[in-house]
Amino acid sequence: MARYLHSFVLFLALIWLIPGLAAPAHAADDDLRAKIDALASGGFSQTAKQIQDLAATGDDRVVPALQALLAGKLYFKKAGKQVFITEKASGGYALTDPLTGESAGTLARGALKKIRVNNRLRRELKAALGNLTLLSKVTAVRLKAAEAVFKSQDPDTLEALVSAISKETDDGVKKVLEQAHAAVLLKTDAAEADKIAALAVIEDRGDRDALSVVIATAAQAEGALKAAAEKTATSIRQNLELWGAAQNIWYGLSLGSVLLLAAIGLAITFGVMGVINMAHGEMVMIGAYVTFMVQEVIRTSMPGLFEYSLLISVPLAFLVAGAIGMAVERCIIRFLYGRPLETLLATWGLSLALQQAVRTIFGPSNREVGTPDYMSGAFELGHLTITYNRLWIIVFSLVVLFALMAVLKKTPLGLQMRAVTQNRRMAGAMGIRTNWVDAVTFGLGSGIAGIAGVALSQIDNVSPNLGQSYIIDSFMVVVFGGVGNLWGTLVGAMTLGVANKFLEPYAGAVLGKVLVLVFIILFIQKRPRGLFALKGRAIES
Amino acid sequence: MKTYFRGAVAAIAVTAAVMTSNVVQAADTIKVGILHSLSGTMAISETTLKDVMLMLIEEQNKKGGVLGKKLEPVVVDPASNWPLFAEKARELIEVKKVDVVFGCWTSVSRKSVLPVFEELNSILFYPVQYEGEESQKNVFYTGAAPNQQAIPAVDYLAEAEGVKRWVLAGTDYVYPRTTNKILETYLKEQLGVAADDIMINYTPFGHSDWQTIVADIKKFGSAGKKTAVVSTINGDANVPFYKELANQGIKAEDIPVVAFSVGEEELAGLDTGPLVGHLAAWNYFMSADTPENADFIKKWKSFIKNDKRVTNDPMEAHYIGFNMWVKAAEIAGTTEADAVIDAITGVTVPNLTGGYSAMMPNHHITKPVLIGEIQANGQFETVSETPGLVPGDAWSDFLPGSKDLISDWRKPLACGNFNVKTGKCSGKGS
Repeated sequence: MARYLHSFVLFLALIWLIPGLAAPAHAADDDLRAKIDALASGGFSQTAKQIQDLAATGDDRVVPALQALLAGKLYFKKAGKQVFITEKASGGYALTDPLTGESAGTLARGALKKIRVNNRLRRELKAALGNLTLLSKVTAVRLKAAEAVFKSQDPDTLEALVSAISKETDDGVKKVLEQAHAAVLLKTDAAEADKIAALAVIEDRGDRDALSVVIATAAQAEGALKAAAEKTATSIRQNLELWGAAQNIWYGLSLGSVLLLAAIGLAITFGVMGVINMAHGEMVMIGAYVTFMVQEVIRTSMPGLFEYSLLISVPLAFLVAGAIGMAVERCIIRFLYGRPLETLLATWGLSLALQQAVRTIFGPSNREVGTPDYMSGAFELGHLTITYNRLWIIVFSLVVLFALMAVLKKTPLGLQMRAVTQNRRMAGAMGIRTNWVDAVTFGLGSGIAGIAGVALSQIDNVSPNLGQSYIIDSFMVVVFGGVGNLWGTLVGAMTLGVANKFLEPYAGAVLGKVLVLVFIILFIQKRPRGLFALKGRAIES
Repeated sequence: MKTYFRGAVAAIAVTAAVMTSNVVQAADTIKVGILHSLSGTMAISETTLKDVMLMLIEEQNKKGGVLGKKLEPVVVDPASNWPLFAEKARELIEVKKVDVVFGCWTSVSRKSVLPVFEELNSILFYPVQYEGEESQKNVFYTGAAPNQQAIPAVDYLAEAEGVKRWVLAGTDYVYPRTTNKILETYLKEQLGVAADDIMINYTPFGHSDWQTIVADIKKFGSAGKKTAVVSTINGDANVPFYKELANQGIKAEDIPVVAFSVGEEELAGLDTGPLVGHLAAWNYFMSADTPENADFIKKWKSFIKNDKRVTNDPMEAHYIGFNMWVKAAEIAGTTEADAVIDAITGVTVPNLTGGYSAMMPNHHITKPVLIGEIQANGQFETVSETPGLVPGDAWSDFLPGSKDLISDWRKPLACGNFNVKTGKCSGKGS
């Protein structure tokens, strides 16, 4: 106890005496500290200068302060203008000394002021941090530093780059360093031959950043260098065009997978049962709200499970949307079989009612559904940027499709569903409870729409209007693919997705969509039953 | 003569009967109409405005109301249905006998109610930033005109960020199209931007697949010149747009996006960590550090009973508009439309960012223009603020048709679109 008290008193003394203590203890750091404390005064353009000053010291002890500034965690005391790195703590902010990393107590929010940064300062900071961390011991940090230098292309870094390249052991980092060196060289007044050699290094990189460097060079250079730069630009461009086509296919598949997810449920309710279900989109929306609820519960009671929130949501969304679907079938739709117009109106009314119900319960504004780590960000495949959320959605849509096919083909329930839709009376005569099968089929379709909502919550707004934007597209896919055929839905969704994405760059998003619709109208004229028409007596009747 | 006389008596009798039935109520309260969608697509934005109006009215009643009478809010739901806006406006004025209406969000809903307010001579306060090119006797525009939002934002990017190449991306309807037309002329004529360095892109309402467009922006941005995106993308489409920007790793330091329709409310459904540094231009941010604002936020949170709710620019516009109306009614000594319209020009009330806003003869108001950067906590941090107040310009100086038009509703001119070249008022109010 006494020991605790002792250290507490010491701690208090430290807080009170820091201005006095700091000077003798770190006399050598006076200059650095003055430079850091200078950040507390001045507007953005002064701060930019101060950052450059700090970077010019080449002292890597200023790195934590600069990193904190970039992260918006660098504050200064209103009284005395001393700069500290802060972390939110109970009762205000916990302060850390920017140079020594020692704790400096806690202060209330009101006594501190944040040092503001804007985009220009962020660029300065990243460049400065790049220069200061080129020789870091951690490979990943060096790689990041090399990329930062490539972006900033600050002529002053040339020497640092040369020495960093000579010391570099990791091949990947070395390559980026050489590219950065080449990019910086192009900005200096080096010899023409050196610059042309540098262009080759840049060409090797071949991405949009490289193109940007080369075009900028071509715009300023003259003579042989200009010709070389233009040639390099053309070659990079051609290469990127090819990748662009691949990118379009990828985007098309990813759009297709979203269409597929939205349409699979409808392929059951509309495709198999023939119910024109305008409330289908709302089932998707309900699925998305279930995801939101699950995440809310997890956030408040078991934060550790957040990464699994989507996995937990999938079965729950299926059950909730499925149960609502069954209730709808029992209460409304079963009285309307064989009357498509009335079904259309009733389900449309239902969709408005469901939307308003959700709006009343959850409020009209968007709800935030968090993204687990494995679904955030992107990776590069050659020059393709592949985002994880899209990749997972493609995988997920295929899994759902094949699972549904298995249910229809391999289970007794699927057999009964197919029997009832093909010949209701005969199925009834064989002892199948056709009413019950209708309800379950509708519930299955709705449940799958709910699952789609879990996935769509990752890429779209979770708002009461979520479903509306998918209902037209879903009908389009099912009709185009062929009513009652799951393979048709798959091919239809993917075809429409890819077609849309190839049209979009030329025609624009608005016209592209119109063109796709016109195409479908013409197609349906030619083949009224869609891509994969079912054949047989059941269809004719 | 006799029949005429009888007719007149009958008419008076009927009017008197109608009057008395309302006088009973009108004697003790002044009715304030609230015309915001509470269902349908626009409910997401407009419900909040209905709530803030209810709060302002409640506050005013605590202070004793207006002209010694309590205010009574009359809420109707035009359900995001444009023709229904006109019907509901008529219902508010003719049936419910309201003295003033606060409402509308989209330009098309405003256009749909204009003839109703003109015909029945009532007052509408419109709180949202819009494309300009309009000035009507019965309407007060408390949101920003393009010169109070779009043009200062472009100036900031050109000066502070050195932007040379511009992407104008918008949703395909009247506000983005007009704003972009103004911006295109401005960029070309005032900032000397070449046609090659401007890319214009429109997307449908609720567009959710932004992969191609974001990739195109990336491509456009790799021409060796600093590039920025000016976004007039509206409503629901913003969330997937920003998600895609974050996913494709477009950082604000590389290609900043400045938005005119994204505020605190829109960011509420988003993880803003990857969006830090992207910009928005408004006349108010919730982060404004003034006592008025702190008080407003406190009242709002306790009124709505939710500590997480945010405030935004159109809410401030209603705050300003409502206070202006109260002041004008007190000056006029009545809530009768013509008297209030005459009295309100020149009325000055405090805004929430520490200054004063004045109603101008063209029925627009003066506002400061703030440029803010998105922070990780979903708030904006002001990085630039116009030194003074910017008066709203109803007719843009950068469109060929409206260059020579001015608007001044003071007598004797009393014209919404007076052509200074021909010296004529073209008669129509809009």
